Amino acid sequence: MTIVDTFAEGRGLRRIREDRVPSTANEYGKPPKGAAEKAVRANDGQPSRPRSFSGGAFLPYLLPVILVILWQAGSSAGFISDRIMPSPVAVIAAFWERLLSGELARDVGVSGARALSGLLIGGSIGFLLGIANGVSKLSEQLTDTTLQMLRTIPHLAMIPLVILWFGIGEEAKLFLTSLGVLFPIYLNTYHGVKNVDRDLIEMGQIYGMSGWSLFRKVIFPGALPSIFVGLRYALGIMWLTLIVSESIAANSGIGYMANTAREFMMTDVVVLALVIYAALGKLADVIARTLERTALSWNPAYQR
Amino acid sequence: MPIGPYQSPLAFISDAELDSHHAAQPVEYQASPQPAGLRLRGVEKRFGDNQVLRGIDLDVPAGQFVAIVGKSGCGKSTLLRLLVGLDDPTGGRIEFVDEAGEAVEPNSRIVFQEPRLLPWFSVADNVAVGLGDGVPKAFGRREAERALAGVQLSDKVKDWPSKLSGGQRQRVALARALVSRPGLLALDEPLGALDALTRLGMQDLVTDVWRELGFTAVLVTHDVGEAVHLADRVIVLDEGRISLDLEIPRDRPRRYGEPALAEIEGKLLDTILGKA
Repeated sequence: MTIVDTFAEGRGLRRIREDRVPSTANEYGKPPKGAAEKAVRANDGQPSRPRSFSGGAFLPYLLPVILVILWQAGSSAGFISDRIMPSPVAVIAAFWERLLSGELARDVGVSGARALSGLLIGGSIGFLLGIANGVSKLSEQLTDTTLQMLRTIPHLAMIPLVILWFGIGEEAKLFLTSLGVLFPIYLNTYHGVKNVDRDLIEMGQIYGMSGWSLFRKVIFPGALPSIFVGLRYALGIMWLTLIVSESIAANSGIGYMANTAREFMMTDVVVLALVIYAALGKLADVIARTLERTALSWNPAYQR
Repeated sequence: MPIGPYQSPLAFISDAELDSHHAAQPVEYQASPQPAGLRLRGVEKRFGDNQVLRGIDLDVPAGQFVAIVGKSGCGKSTLLRLLVGLDDPTGGRIEFVDEAGEAVEPNSRIVFQEPRLLPWFSVADNVAVGLGDGVPKAFGRREAERALAGVQLSDKVKDWPSKLSGGQRQRVALARALVSRPGLLALDEPLGALDALTRLGMQDLVTDVWRELGFTAVLVTHDVGEAVHLADRVIVLDEGRISLDLEIPRDRPRRYGEPALAEIEGKLLDTILGKA
């Protein structure tokens, strides 16, 4: 967690620096150069990219498809042992079998619910603390140092203690996931609020905004880009924490499915669990990015 | 932005025209408040050991266009911030009076060198910010569109500020300041960041809205030519004191390069640079 989290903070800082470009030059951020060129070309009535190669949308998936084909060929030819790595077809078969039996839907549902509730609880706490500490000097002085100390503890290192506290039930998983997502969201929300353009806040005050309306119209929208960075890092940590805590002890969920399969040497199911984690992680990221694009449509960096 | 020959005094769109556009309910229109004149007596401002303003006495009749010029650090921006209540003076008094000399609420607004628009609000919503909180949405939109028509930006109502040019952003900022019909408009180098030609067009626009709405205008600028072109009266500040107070007895519209104005400009520059 420390590595990911430190990295998350670094990203937050970098964003902030980008945002702090001298305001006289351009307080709205400039669209990337390429975008401008594209727009110019679009104005000329020409396609933004030559259409000689039509595989644009497919190209990113070319490499994975080739890898899967090689993998299948290797398995079929007997180069790869089933004990080490099942063939893609075996994984698909395992997927189909579990889908029909209803186990898959149950496990994914249980894991998804755990992930979401952890995100909701930890995320809300991190968000509220970030806002409070960004807005209020008193709150910052009271809690920021404590939070900065706590966040350096790898939250997975607390597993032994968490098991002693909560046993191996749902509370332990919820606690770990919440703890994991809390810090990236806290740090980025806090930095986002801290770095809202002072000139805009002064402007808002001149025009009679204060308290809630100043927050709603100036501070929150100004911090939003940074908050989204926090959210996307938190999603990564959320899945990571869930995988670990489900592997330790659980009687349902994707981690449980993988662990049980390991005991019976069902490598196909173990790999299936990995694929599902990858798919869920990607899905979460796509949702976050869509939200980001919608909420930040004013920002030239998100305009197409 | 039309540049060059003087534009006809601008006409704010009539109510009837807006109604035909939106088919909205007619809204009670805010009466144009009185312009607020200024009466400054011994105004001082110090920041720690640094005394920026050393006793300013100044009377500005309601509706006058005053320009304040001076070197960097002469205290002109500080004075402006005191006038609109962004800072409090450390000594002396600032009073706002109407034509008869009675105290009035100034309803003052300020335009900065940077437009300070909210990038996450559309152009119209940014202008509606100028009406303050708790204004009904439909009313805010109507007033915003009217003010934007006044600065010739009717076609940008729904755009994001990031889509606009520097001059257009500054016009939006002007519309935001004017939408609530201020009695006193403070302009803190509002054209300083614009290119030369855009600036000339904006000068005409500022003159137009001032003549149309009749507020008292206080312009801080380091461009003496701009001060002479726009103002009824130019005040030179030097080390926190008024060193020259000069009427510009020229009718409007004023042309660029008029000999009489050039002479005044030369005299002001001599004073500022200490050659007088």
